[in-house]
Amino acid sequence: MSSDVKSRPATPMLREILEQPTLLGGIRSTPLPVRLGLAVFALGFLVVNVAIGVLVVSGRLDGHWYDFRDLGNATAALRSWLDDRDLGPWLSYWVTALIGGVGILSFVGGVLLIGTWVERRLLAKFQIRRGPNRVGPFGLLQPLADALKLIQKEVLIPIGADRKLFFLPPILIFIPAMLGWGPVPWAPNMAYLDVNVGLLYVVAISSLAVLAIFIAGWSSNNHYALLGAMRTVAMMVSYEIPVSLSLLSVVLFTGSLQLSEIVAWQSTHNTWLAMILPFSLFTFFFSSTAEINRTPNDIAEAESEIVAGFHTEYSGMKAGLFLAVELGNALLVGALVSTFFLGGYSLFGLEEWIPPYLILFAKISAVYFLFVWLRGTLPRFRLDQLMGYAWKFLIPLSIAFVGISAVEASIFARVDAPGLIVLGAIGIVNVVLTFVLVRAWARVVGYEVPRGEDTRPTLTTAVGGLRAAQRLRVTP
Amino acid sequence: MTAANEPYILNIGPQHPSTHGVFRLRVAMDGETIVDMDMIVGYLHRSMEKLAEERTYTQNIPFTDRADYLAAMSGNLGLCIAAERLTGVEVPERAQYLRVIFAELQRIASHAMANGTLVSDAGAWQTPLLYMFREREKILDLFEMTCGARLTTNYMRIGGVAFEPPAEFWPALRELVDELPDRIDEYSQLLIDNEIFLARTRGIGVISAEDAINGSLTGPALRGSGVPWDLRKAEPYDVYDRLDFEIPVGRGGDVYDRFMVRFEETKQSTRIIKQAIEQIPDGPHKTQIPLALRPEPGEVYGRIESPRGELGFYLVSDGSPAPYRFHIRAPSFINLSLLRQLAVGSTLPDAVVTLGSIDIVVGEIDR
Amino acid sequence: MPPGPTQLSGHRVAERLNAALPGVVVTATDEWVEVAPARLVDALRWLHDSSEFDAAQLSNCCAVDRHDRFEMVYHLQSLDLNHQIAIKATIADHEQPALPSAYAVYKGALLQEREVYDLMGIVFDGHPDLRRIFLWEGFPGHPLRKDFLGLGNLTPGLARFPFEDRDRPDRIMNPAPLRHDASARAQNEQDVPDDWRGAAPA
Repeated sequence: MSSDVKSRPATPMLREILEQPTLLGGIRSTPLPVRLGLAVFALGFLVVNVAIGVLVVSGRLDGHWYDFRDLGNATAALRSWLDDRDLGPWLSYWVTALIGGVGILSFVGGVLLIGTWVERRLLAKFQIRRGPNRVGPFGLLQPLADALKLIQKEVLIPIGADRKLFFLPPILIFIPAMLGWGPVPWAPNMAYLDVNVGLLYVVAISSLAVLAIFIAGWSSNNHYALLGAMRTVAMMVSYEIPVSLSLLSVVLFTGSLQLSEIVAWQSTHNTWLAMILPFSLFTFFFSSTAEINRTPNDIAEAESEIVAGFHTEYSGMKAGLFLAVELGNALLVGALVSTFFLGGYSLFGLEEWIPPYLILFAKISAVYFLFVWLRGTLPRFRLDQLMGYAWKFLIPLSIAFVGISAVEASIFARVDAPGLIVLGAIGIVNVVLTFVLVRAWARVVGYEVPRGEDTRPTLTTAVGGLRAAQRLRVTP
Repeated sequence: MTAANEPYILNIGPQHPSTHGVFRLRVAMDGETIVDMDMIVGYLHRSMEKLAEERTYTQNIPFTDRADYLAAMSGNLGLCIAAERLTGVEVPERAQYLRVIFAELQRIASHAMANGTLVSDAGAWQTPLLYMFREREKILDLFEMTCGARLTTNYMRIGGVAFEPPAEFWPALRELVDELPDRIDEYSQLLIDNEIFLARTRGIGVISAEDAINGSLTGPALRGSGVPWDLRKAEPYDVYDRLDFEIPVGRGGDVYDRFMVRFEETKQSTRIIKQAIEQIPDGPHKTQIPLALRPEPGEVYGRIESPRGELGFYLVSDGSPAPYRFHIRAPSFINLSLLRQLAVGSTLPDAVVTLGSIDIVVGEIDR
Repeated sequence: MPPGPTQLSGHRVAERLNAALPGVVVTATDEWVEVAPARLVDALRWLHDSSEFDAAQLSNCCAVDRHDRFEMVYHLQSLDLNHQIAIKATIADHEQPALPSAYAVYKGALLQEREVYDLMGIVFDGHPDLRRIFLWEGFPGHPLRKDFLGLGNLTPGLARFPFEDRDRPDRIMNPAPLRHDASARAQNEQDVPDDWRGAAPA
């Protein structure tokens, strides 16, 4: 029992963990030329950034096609250039449509790959693991390797499956996940499909996925898949309503269904709707987790109960598509939450300086981080608990809050005071109301917050059987 | 057959994330509710009891590793206790303390695994499991240090233990025991008052004390139902009578109670190990016994409190070096007696959590 | 052999048992009491109900093959009084062993008796669900019997997995239908794909 052995880690694994290089140690151990190269690179980066800053401040970029802060300018310039050539209006329309479509697709594709890596690495951090770190630098190429593997794998079709229907869902489910990105405004001029009913469009598109999921569950001819599909349908049907109701409050305040208008409203009033409508934000976020099968509502593919739910029988890249869509939906919900509640591409005037699409991307990433965090932290609800939560809790309270926000919106329209003060007052009132109403309603529906102290085990030193058990129960 | 009364039969297992091994449930369902259930085991049946009849008592110790592979030390200890009673071999005091230390370490490791997988069954995506693996990993490192194996330890011997732990063992053990209470508190912050977890486990899979006793339940499944029964107190083996610890007893008999009992037992185990480190005397770590023990003809039923309950060994000797009959009373097998009663009428997620709370090890069920 | 630390003397149990149920005890030693197989359940029930012994739990039950007879051993325990009682019943018929089931008194016998039936071949009358548990229906012999390897033509282990044995439909692993309702049973039959069912018996 000598003390000199105490510092020695017991096993190779422990030793490896303890001897991981720290950041500072890593820099110190890098050779001098590499360090110099890094320093030069950092300096160059700084110089370029300062130069761009000068350009922006002097206003030489505004509105030109090379104004990188809003890629919509370049497209508009291209469009007017094509129109000037008098080649017919259809050409400029199709060219810009193609550019936008390819842009969205490549963005989503790229982000999906990185998003997989981010999710796995983050989960690994939450779970005191390392995560993928072997393929490429920091394991960044891991998703690519996984995709390659999935593409190579055989796509099995079960004997009992309905072959035609079985083929469809991976494609069908991909379409709404892509279409949903259409009306999201990335910058004032940078929205692919800035229709005036954008909000309705988003809600409608998001409910399309349920069809694909049910086809997948039904055509697999697998009992797990059908259970998962039924759960999904039940959840989707329930949670469409709170989603729509929570967005109704947004519409009442902004007075528009157009997503760019909603962002513009938040930008002009220098506020985020999240501050004014906290309950709507919560409802939208929570219901979205149910709609896109993320923890704590990943009931449709509850791994410990029904294996993989509706896509149990899918293999190879088809399963990969389902997983990719799940991740893509999380990003899409991130984009929608940012747009509706977190000010979209605007950031209190900073969007003049930083490219607005980067601001939106940062907000999407933040919401996505929240999704991953929840996944790494929370257990799963049971189906009946989740449905009860929607019908008994979210929907009545959402209806109440729609009424409240209607009153508040009309007050806001009529009161002749600085907008920020009124909105601040409304925000404070709403936060208080949220607390009060949630507590009151919980009491009305008879829900009690479980108290852990009541359930601690009793400690005893005497053994016994039934009689001892009864004694213990009498005098806990 | 109309669609209305067509039963919906779900095969849970033998390969399924929540059956904890090759364990299969055939479940007839009505929507999400289970209307009938049949349990199919035997995929891992290795006929240990038959094989044991061809081997000496010492040669049978490795089998007990493979029965309950998550609590190999306890399996070893159970057989050694029974065989010692059969042969009358004395165990040196130091060896008894070592046994207690290792059995309690094994209990912590096993309970960490059981609780971690239970929370995974409840849908927490493996995070608590991996946190609990952190301590289990250190315990397994201690095992590896001492006997070279992490899971199938084969460490205890009739009349003592196989090896004296190396010098590094003691500081590492002290360090572990010192940090364990903090770690356990960390888990409790994560889990115990988590509202979703409470909603998923409280009032689910309730076993009454009467049913638990009559259904031969033992271990945390019995204690969770409020029955203060622990063989370490009731029939103290080794040096448990010199150590001060308490039996945690649940209040309602539901999944959460069983979870909490395991949780509290890890704390008590830490207490036991601390005392054992203080009290352990110097001396030999085992008694020299003949290569082939030839016990008198007769029979003995020796039992210990394994992490899963009463682990009993019924040994019948006919005077030869090999047992005439070698029966393992496997707690995780017998704890399943009430499974059908618990599962029928509940929903699928509840049944999964209930099964997780009973904490089965398929190697022990099938033997 | 020293009895377990908390084990009751068989003589004492036998004395009280005989007083309550005359003729039930066959023999008794320090460690165990042997009761008449036909009256086993009576004896167990009396021990379970009596306040003196309070044998509330069936701790363990297993069978021992004694070549010409079987011994069934029940370890009962009282949790409140913290003692243990060993009860034995001898089954004289080695060819067709049968015993009344203890399930009527102890629910914990459910799986343990299925195990004994599977591995020793003792039939328990009154058991609600007596099926093989580790091995499949149609497995030849009962492996824990001492004469198992002497049955002839048998080597330990299987040449093939049971459901690969298409010429022997009785060997196909086919668990009992769930006792849900009649339609469940019908469906159950349909659940097995044709190529798993093996060729129809000629």
